[in-house]
Amino acid sequence: MDDHHTRPATSSTVTLHVNGTPHTQTTDHRTTVLDLLREHLGLTGTKKGCDHGQCGACTVLVEGRRANSCLLFAVAHDGAHVTTVEGLGEGERRHPLQDAFVERDAFQCGYCTPGQLCSAVGVLAEAAAGHPSHVTPPPGAGEPRPEGAPVPLTRAEIRERMSGNICRCGAYPHIVEAIEEMGDVAGGMDGGARNTDGARGVPGNPSGVPEEATR
Amino acid sequence: MKTFTFERAATPDQAVDAFTAHERARYLGGGTNLVDLMKLGVESPEHLIDVSGLPLDEVERTPEGGWRVGAAVRNSDLAAHPGVRHDHPVLSQALLAGASGQLRNVATTGGNLLQRTRCPYFQDTSTPCNKREPGTGCSARGGAHRDMAVLGHSPHCVATHPSDMAVALAALDAQVEVLGPEGRRTVPAADFHRLPGDTPQQDTVLRPGELVLAVSVPPPHEGARSAYRKARDRASYAFALASVAAVLAVREGTVTHAALAFGGLAHRPWRARAAEEVLVGSAANAHTFARAADAELGAARPLGDNEFKVPLARSLAVNLLTTLADRSEQGA
Ligand SMILES: Cc1cc2nc3c(=O)[nH]c(=O)nc-3n(C[C@H](O)[C@H](O)[C@H](O)COP(=O)(O)OP(=O)(O)OC[C@H]3O[C@@H](n4cnc5c(N)ncnc54)[C@H](O)[C@@H]3O)c2cc1C
Ligand code: SF4
Ligand code: FES
Ligand code: FES
Repeated sequence: MDDHHTRPATSSTVTLHVNGTPHTQTTDHRTTVLDLLREHLGLTGTKKGCDHGQCGACTVLVEGRRANSCLLFAVAHDGAHVTTVEGLGEGERRHPLQDAFVERDAFQCGYCTPGQLCSAVGVLAEAAAGHPSHVTPPPGAGEPRPEGAPVPLTRAEIRERMSGNICRCGAYPHIVEAIEEMGDVAGGMDGGARNTDGARGVPGNPSGVPEEATR
Repeated sequence: MKTFTFERAATPDQAVDAFTAHERARYLGGGTNLVDLMKLGVESPEHLIDVSGLPLDEVERTPEGGWRVGAAVRNSDLAAHPGVRHDHPVLSQALLAGASGQLRNVATTGGNLLQRTRCPYFQDTSTPCNKREPGTGCSARGGAHRDMAVLGHSPHCVATHPSDMAVALAALDAQVEVLGPEGRRTVPAADFHRLPGDTPQQDTVLRPGELVLAVSVPPPHEGARSAYRKARDRASYAFALASVAAVLAVREGTVTHAALAFGGLAHRPWRARAAEEVLVGSAANAHTFARAADAELGAARPLGDNEFKVPLARSLAVNLLTTLADRSEQGA
């Protein structure tokens, strides 16, 4: 066994690829990905709400899949590719979902918004990959959609899939509209999005995350 | 949070060896429960062994035609697995009724089974709790116990097991494969979690250092239909007040196979054997279903503020069985 891992050290050198840029840091094992992003890398777009997995404010994409960064120890994600709200767009160009949020007025104080955006990008990818939700009718139950085919993002689907993101301002109706608009586009074309091939991403589907950000 | 050392296991054997070699070791799956409990001071391991990257991340066909789910398979991937959804809708539905999309992406099959109770006193280190600190007493029994157990509780602990997935596995006669310092063994999912008795600190029958390798579900019963129903305080993203997993086959109006398990009612998923006995061989109608539910829930001992759980579980079961009976008869 690699002796680096068995040394009784309580900190480790960890590399995270954040929005396409590798960052190598020596961090205490207790450091979460959220704290690493905010306190060590100065990427304060990702917010801390509850710090216990209950509010979704800290949602980022890890290998293209949404996750609560407050519950991830950075040391357990050495080498991972993380996309934060800062990396959703391309350079100065916003991600189409960000435009939809602005156009639909999908926030008030904006504190939950980075988490809502990352979560919604994950939702679009999961639905395009055919991942079911609690409200998705099973195939066969009067439902022509074959197993694994993209799931249409109805309002009920969006509300269910976004339930891990709490908004204290109650901006939900506009958040749902903004995502619905993106889902419509995604259903027609490819969502104006590019395929990702993150190691553990949602296989073969558009997530709208720039390729270099998730690799 | 206390400091800890960390290692990533490459093989199950390496993980078990590492556990044995350390004083206060813990396996780390997705961390969605353990990291939270470490922040709360409920868990304070000195050594973490990351098992989320073990080569146990496949859902495979078993020789018998069932499915073997590796312990590192993420909850969202298991819920979306076409073969599992086809054969055992109840399992996919139970997973999708739990937690949130982001949590399910991270949570593992092993971690989900081993998640700890959501009893608020267990999570609050300033209050007595026999599960957290044996011998200190149970704060919930005389405190806020609306969400607590109605079946199988003891004077020492009235907590419920929070997993939805485990309820489905109990109804499916799944088997849990574990590897420990003394080797491999297999435990039926319905017997994996314990009743609290006078040792509520032990949630399961796992021995120290035992690692969950996989969960296997047998092939579906011919003509059977399965589903999961969950009642909670809000429409999504909340733990069960009561839930039911059921598998039912009906032929020419008679129940030929039945498996039923309740969630949210006890310290473990509650396999309803008394109800099943009433069901099999009886006419598939609302009267039978009510009789079956009563046969099981007659043993309930509500605590005062959670009396509502008994009729709630009863109607969940009767409604679900009615739906499944219709589908089974129609071959739908
Ligand atoms: C806000 C919130 C809401 C939730 N709602 C629900 C819900 O409605 N329904 C529901 O069912 N769940 C719910 N959950 C719980 C969630 O399902 C669990 O946290 C998750 O399944 C745990 O999996 P994990 O891999 O992250 O486990 P971890 O946190 O990594 O581990 C949990 C425990 O399992 C042990 N462990 C992990 N892997 C193994 C293994 N292979 N062998 C032996 N031991 C192992 C660990 O040592 C630890 O003790 C919720 C969680 C949160 C935070
Ligand atoms: S119910 Fe169990 S977990 Fe809750 S306070 Fe009592 S002993 Fe602790
Ligand atoms: S800060 Fe992570 S879920 Fe609330
Ligand atoms: S916009 Fe204020 S919390 Fe959502």
